[in-house]
Amino acid sequence: MASNVILKVEDIHKRYGREEVLRGVSFSLFKGETKVIIGPSGTGKSTLLRCINRLTPPDRGRVWLDGVEVSHPKTNINKIRAAIGFVFQDFNLFTHLNALDNVRLGLLKIKRLDKKKATEIAMMELERVGLAEKAKAYPAELSGGQQQRVSIARALAMDPKVILFDEPTSALDPELIGEVLEVMTDLARAGMTMVVVSHEMGFARSVADEIIFMEGGVIVEQGSPEQLFTNPRQKRTGEFLRKITELYGEAS
Amino acid sequence: MIVFRGLPGLFQASLLNIALLFGLIGLGFVVGIPIALFQVYGNRLLGGVASAWEWFFRGVPELVLLFLFFFGSAQLGLKISAFVAATLALGFRSSAYQSQIFRGAIQAIPKGQMMAAHSIGLSRWQAIRYIILPQALRLAIPPWSNEFSSVIKDTTLAYAIGVNEITRYARFITERHYRLAMAVYLVVALIFLLFTYLGNRLLGTLEHALRVPGFEAKAARAAGEHG
Repeated sequence: MASNVILKVEDIHKRYGREEVLRGVSFSLFKGETKVIIGPSGTGKSTLLRCINRLTPPDRGRVWLDGVEVSHPKTNINKIRAAIGFVFQDFNLFTHLNALDNVRLGLLKIKRLDKKKATEIAMMELERVGLAEKAKAYPAELSGGQQQRVSIARALAMDPKVILFDEPTSALDPELIGEVLEVMTDLARAGMTMVVVSHEMGFARSVADEIIFMEGGVIVEQGSPEQLFTNPRQKRTGEFLRKITELYGEAS
Repeated sequence: MIVFRGLPGLFQASLLNIALLFGLIGLGFVVGIPIALFQVYGNRLLGGVASAWEWFFRGVPELVLLFLFFFGSAQLGLKISAFVAATLALGFRSSAYQSQIFRGAIQAIPKGQMMAAHSIGLSRWQAIRYIILPQALRLAIPPWSNEFSSVIKDTTLAYAIGVNEITRYARFITERHYRLAMAVYLVVALIFLLFTYLGNRLLGTLEHALRVPGFEAKAARAAGEHG
């Protein structure tokens, strides 16, 4: 394995009842790389992300994070998860905690930092997503876009090796999508390693180092945005990109 | 006049009802939480034990439980006072009911909360402790108030095994002065109305103090989806 490969996913299979949603997916992610996974809904993209940090255990296949086998039965999965940020489609902020406590919880309970240090880091991350002044606000008092930015800050606070984004803007009103994509773009530019499942073609095109097109539980094609958008090798990739661009627009 | 002379005694006897109330509802809480957690998160064995516990203590009449714990334990050579027997019998019974309140509240918490907790590296137990229970217990306060109002009245059942609580004391007065029955039992009724009122006020204050903006509405919606 090349030394700068931070995440390696090998032959992931997952079946729900009769339906095999993942039928052998493999890819590698380099340090600092942003990969965007696109594809029709129900094609296993979200399941794939959850199989990486075992929120959903895969039926078969292996995952390595920075040389440690995530899928090994003896691996401390909680420790691994702390090093993998996860941003959910519907934010999943802890509803009984304010923004600061949402971001600070992992620092206090997992990293066991003292309160002063944890608060300092949490405030820095809230600042980074532009929400320092909302530190005392509860999730219900924040807009969807703000909640998603807090959830990104929550992931960042743990200083993860990679962040997985599961359709981070799909649950947002159109006018709130921009602020979240902006934060994600900044992160990518700052060298964060990210896997993003998204329908935002503008984001994919301008930010992704590589795009993975998935359909029917397998990777159909992967390559640079330039190549996929202008010269896809698979007919199906071109069809999908045309359709999704019609639907969501070219954007930014 | 005799009613007034009897008042201090009645009030004093009612303190035993209060003591029994705290004992049984505290025991019910301490036991009810793990029962609920076993039912929701436990493996088959723990879940089965919890369900059997709930089935038993919800299915057997209170008086039978009281007799089992007092007379039954005496037969086994265990020397426990009537008060302790009443606390255990009614406390375990309450634990069965409380467990159902907590189970419902735990199940009303959206699945995403546990997933998000796992995603930052919290173990199952840490997630329950820091995320699930703080939310579930807030949700549980209104139904728990019902349980409170119900068990406070159940404390009078301890009469049957000879605990010197308020009903027994009232009976003690009326056996000597049977014309006072109406007056004495009305006083007893008033004392309970007062206790229930104060208790619910206290719980209302607690609910308000623990209020998280927007949480109730969101949680109620989530509960609605399940129900």
